[in-house]
Amino acid sequence: MSHTFAMKNPFVVDELRVADGPSVPITKILIADDNNTDRLLLKAILCQQGHEVFVAKDGHEAIEVFREMQPDLVLLDVLMPNVDGFEAAEKIRQLAGEAFIPIIFLTSLQSTDALVRCLDAGGDDFLPKPYNSVVLKAKLDAFIRMGEMHRTMQRQRDLIAIHNERLLREQEIAKRVFDKVAHSGCLNADNIRYLLSPIAIFNGDVALAGVSPAGNLMVLLGDFTGHGLDAAIGAMPLAQTFYSMLEKGFSLQDILREINEKLYDVLPVDVFCCAIVADIDFSNGVMQIWNGGLPDGVLYRSFDGKSIPLTSQHIPFGIRNTAHFDDSVATFEVQPDDRLFLWSDGIQEATNNQSEMFGEERLLKIFEKNTDPEQLFDEVNEAVAEFISDEAVSDDVSIVEVKIVAPIDFHADRPDFIGSNPAGPRDWSLKYELRPQTLSNFDPLPMLLYVLRQVPYLRNFGGQIFTVLTELYTNALEHGVLQLNSSLKNSTAGFDHYYQLREQRLLHLQDGTIGIQLDYKGTGNGGRLKVTIEDSGEGFDYKNLENGLSGDVPYAGRGINLMRSICHSIEYLGSGNVVCASFVWGDS
Amino acid sequence: MNAPQPSLNYVALKEVQGVMGDDFPLLVEVFFTDSVKLLTAIQSALDEGNTDSLRWAAHSFKGSAGNMSATALAALCHELEGLASSGTIVGGGHLMTQLVDEYERVKSALEDI
Repeated sequence: MSHTFAMKNPFVVDELRVADGPSVPITKILIADDNNTDRLLLKAILCQQGHEVFVAKDGHEAIEVFREMQPDLVLLDVLMPNVDGFEAAEKIRQLAGEAFIPIIFLTSLQSTDALVRCLDAGGDDFLPKPYNSVVLKAKLDAFIRMGEMHRTMQRQRDLIAIHNERLLREQEIAKRVFDKVAHSGCLNADNIRYLLSPIAIFNGDVALAGVSPAGNLMVLLGDFTGHGLDAAIGAMPLAQTFYSMLEKGFSLQDILREINEKLYDVLPVDVFCCAIVADIDFSNGVMQIWNGGLPDGVLYRSFDGKSIPLTSQHIPFGIRNTAHFDDSVATFEVQPDDRLFLWSDGIQEATNNQSEMFGEERLLKIFEKNTDPEQLFDEVNEAVAEFISDEAVSDDVSIVEVKIVAPIDFHADRPDFIGSNPAGPRDWSLKYELRPQTLSNFDPLPMLLYVLRQVPYLRNFGGQIFTVLTELYTNALEHGVLQLNSSLKNSTAGFDHYYQLREQRLLHLQDGTIGIQLDYKGTGNGGRLKVTIEDSGEGFDYKNLENGLSGDVPYAGRGINLMRSICHSIEYLGSGNVVCASFVWGDS
Repeated sequence: MNAPQPSLNYVALKEVQGVMGDDFPLLVEVFFTDSVKLLTAIQSALDEGNTDSLRWAAHSFKGSAGNMSATALAALCHELEGLASSGTIVGGGHLMTQLVDEYERVKSALEDI
């Protein structure tokens, strides 16, 4: 990840520190010595130095007292009846386990052999008899300090282990939850290929793909700053907003704005999301691109083999508030066999063992050299894999390829309808009139689709109905209210001009209305939906249309044929400013 | 070997007194009791010719004597312990006599304090 960000410690360390309580500097010391005067004298010295002292008269008793009193430090005479010092030391070491319990041998023995035996038995030091209270104090204090350090270290080690385990668990959960959210889309469609690094911890890269009710494919590749939880925080709202708005039929711009707002609200200041989003309309051969901060994507054109860069023109998601967010998109004409490539900065920044980056030049070379477009995706991946040094961690290499196909060849799963109430609202109508100020900046279709989706039966036809609604509404708005001529769209220059005019006229719209009426009647096993759209425009001579003559019709021929294929009937009324489409299914 | 004079290292004993405080008489009393037991144990070990017992008792007595700053007494114990360590009791009887004499001197010196 190339972005810099400050790692925040998500844990409050202090809460776990109470486990052992504050370390009180009273040291519990066990003295084991069979010699009564030795014991008395040593005990007196240690008590005078402020320690709590337990005594034992032999090794056996020492082990018992140790078990019971759990002293911090043990002073053992070497020669004792029953169990001697060596044996007691070994047993005490066993009992102490991981705890740091210094064992100091009390001895008047001086031979090296005897001292070695003391060490072998688990002794940490020796104290010569007779005792010197200054030497004694120095030694004990050193061991007590060591013990405190050891306990602190163990506590911290345990804390780190707990935290680390919790962190890993949380990241795993975050990734699992996220994978579920992200993969509900249609990344597995036949015309999409993608590669996201498979590491267990969420690396910040997100790929989403879904189909709108109108049948458009929307693809998003995002790259959050940071890894793990930091990055995952934003990935959930991103995916949820993307899928739920897409399903409801919102436009690309609406979705972009909403994603930005959600992420702006939810992300910490130093976390944001670079992303590229493509909205592909296979029916009309139009692709819209919004790129905020990701490297140039590529539109590979099949007819001339040219690669058109899709350059970032925007600030990433989550940095600016809604008022300053720019949702303008770049529009491209596309045709079947064109290919769209999206990638995160992991590819350009992939580094070899000479610390060189893969870079854009190498990437574009692959496109220049390519002879079979079908191999492009693999060629890029192989080139990057070959380039990267073995030691380098290449966890950010994410790439998505979308092949443009004819509408009929586009197959993607849509969420299945699982109805608990198969009937839903059965007999109703709705009339909705939009006036100029609404027409100029509001898209009523998602709301209408939402109403229609309350009828479970209609959900199965959501895409088709939405397509028809969109087409009819667009016609009413563009040709009826705005009086745009569709023949303009026949040339590339006209195409742009058409949309410029549309923009202008919408902005200055003073008059005009569009009325939409939905009328639904359901039976047990079928239903009928009537959609009537009336605009305030002049209408057109629809007689020619009905006679099969394509005279001066304000519709692109494709549009009307498409609708005829979907609807049970399409009827023009009045001066051509009213259109009525019926869907009939089941036994109605 | 003749017992050296004085029997006690008074400078060192003063320190012990300081450490023990009010418990010093208790220490002296325990020393007397232990000494009687240890002298008996040494005598028995010599009688039985048991070098292990002799070694242990002499070692223990050496420690006690050292604690009371009875330097000469400790030195005699050390000699006896060395004897036992080499696996013999030859010369032990003579040392024992010196040990008893020296103990009596230490005892009366301690009682005088």
